[in-house]
Amino acid sequence: MTLDDILASLFPKGHEIRNDKGVLLGSATLRRGDKMLVLGVADRTALGVDEAIRLSGHVLASIGRDSGPILVLVDSDSQRMSKRDELLGLNEFLAHLAKVLIHADMNGRPTIGLLYGHSAAGALLATGLATRVLIGLPGAHPAVMDLPSMAKVTKLSMEALEKKAKSTPVFAPGLSNLVQMGAVHMTWSNDASLADQLEVLLADMPAARDQRDTLGKARGGRLKAADIAERVRDLALQAR
Amino acid sequence: MTTPLKDVTPAERARSTSFYEASARTRLELLLDAGSFVEFIGPEQREVSPHLKIFDLPEQFDDGLVVGHGRLDDAPVFVAAQEGRFMGGAFGEVHGAKLIGLLRAARQIASMPVLILFDTGGVRLQEANAGELAIAEIMRAVMEARSAGVKVVGLIGGRSGCYGGGGLIAGCCSALAVSEPGRIAVSGPEVIETNRGVEEFDSRDRALVWRTMGGKHRRLLGAADVFADDNVQDFREAALELLGLIGPFALDSLKAEQERLADRLSRYGACLDAVDIWTAQGIAHAETVPELPADQFITLANRIGRTSRDAR
Repeated sequence: MTLDDILASLFPKGHEIRNDKGVLLGSATLRRGDKMLVLGVADRTALGVDEAIRLSGHVLASIGRDSGPILVLVDSDSQRMSKRDELLGLNEFLAHLAKVLIHADMNGRPTIGLLYGHSAAGALLATGLATRVLIGLPGAHPAVMDLPSMAKVTKLSMEALEKKAKSTPVFAPGLSNLVQMGAVHMTWSNDASLADQLEVLLADMPAARDQRDTLGKARGGRLKAADIAERVRDLALQAR
Repeated sequence: MTTPLKDVTPAERARSTSFYEASARTRLELLLDAGSFVEFIGPEQREVSPHLKIFDLPEQFDDGLVVGHGRLDDAPVFVAAQEGRFMGGAFGEVHGAKLIGLLRAARQIASMPVLILFDTGGVRLQEANAGELAIAEIMRAVMEARSAGVKVVGLIGGRSGCYGGGGLIAGCCSALAVSEPGRIAVSGPEVIETNRGVEEFDSRDRALVWRTMGGKHRRLLGAADVFADDNVQDFREAALELLGLIGPFALDSLKAEQERLADRLSRYGACLDAVDIWTAQGIAHAETVPELPADQFITLANRIGRTSRDAR
């Protein structure tokens, strides 16, 4: 599905979303008539300081002005890998975007990420992984780390890595692996109206509490994370 | 007759111990009040990564992260220290989960600060999906803790620096202290060079790495609030100073950060090198900044450098 197809299916009542060199900013009208703030990265654009500051600014400008949920569309490259971006403090810009999304979510503006293409590393952390509910569309192909780079670092052949990837979701790229880890909450269908699926989700949003580790445990992707976190929390609470 | 050896006080030991060279455990021992550190899920419990054996790699009994509580000038604090010598301090499933649990407890208690001693290359490749997700959960947990009133301070001065998702977590902290060798960035020098070519970034040019990502630049830019000399005592004093300065976190902090970062882009967005930024900041002979000793640099930074106070 192209971005235009996705937007048409999500927002049959119309939207005002502009794509300016891969940065998506705007808003849309939901079925029941209320507005949804929309932002995102399209066309596999790298997320650098210039893109991130516009995205965070779009969310901050809507706080106090609008109400309603926030949608983050993701088809990005990795973070922009450049001297200039690092020189200017890319880590702060990406963290700031994530913080703004998390803060909005915690304060009455539930956030939904829609991963419909690629994403990786710092770009995914600052967008989809900073939302309360991350949805994957069929065909999305996130890669925290690509296999050729992994082959280089681990000094294993691509064949050996691909073989290992069959036995565990823990390192290899792909949407289904991120679902199993608990990073992606659910996948939607391309065959049904996305507006219908969005409506179902909005009517029954999970609580704002981060439940990705229990999700990962239930799906068999991360068997230790939830228990270790819980044990440390208990010990720390006893220690005060 | 020989003169008896003078007892070395903990502060003297901390002053003479390089933060960069020390292990995570030594850093904690010398950073906190003597004998006050208590670990949660220590190495005796052997909670190792369940994934490294897939790659026939050695495990470490603490998975490269030490978490616990202790005292800093008698006040209770939670601490987490990454061991940069184990897999580059990278985030894996167990490593990350320990920090998440600590932050969740801090949020519930709402008054006990958290110190994070970063020393990391970012996501652990062999468990990339688990590591990436752990970083996302940590960022969320830091923001939830800060929203509940918890002060979260990052200390950055280790061998592995603070790269990848570690840089994003650092960006979520209430305040940072950094030493000259404590680099902060998202993409590491080798990653940029591999992806964009040596013309974009020559990872073997160490001077370029330090002035682009190193502690002095981060302090002058306002990414870090305090510059520490490379010894554990200086980091202890920096942590105490920051705990005294940090204000409450609210929407206004994020609005101020938006303004701070946008202002940085408009002032320095066209600069090609850190020296150009320092010159634009009004530093005479900016090219000599990398050679300045810590005390002279701190004087300069306090006069010229920006801070991110109440704007992060």
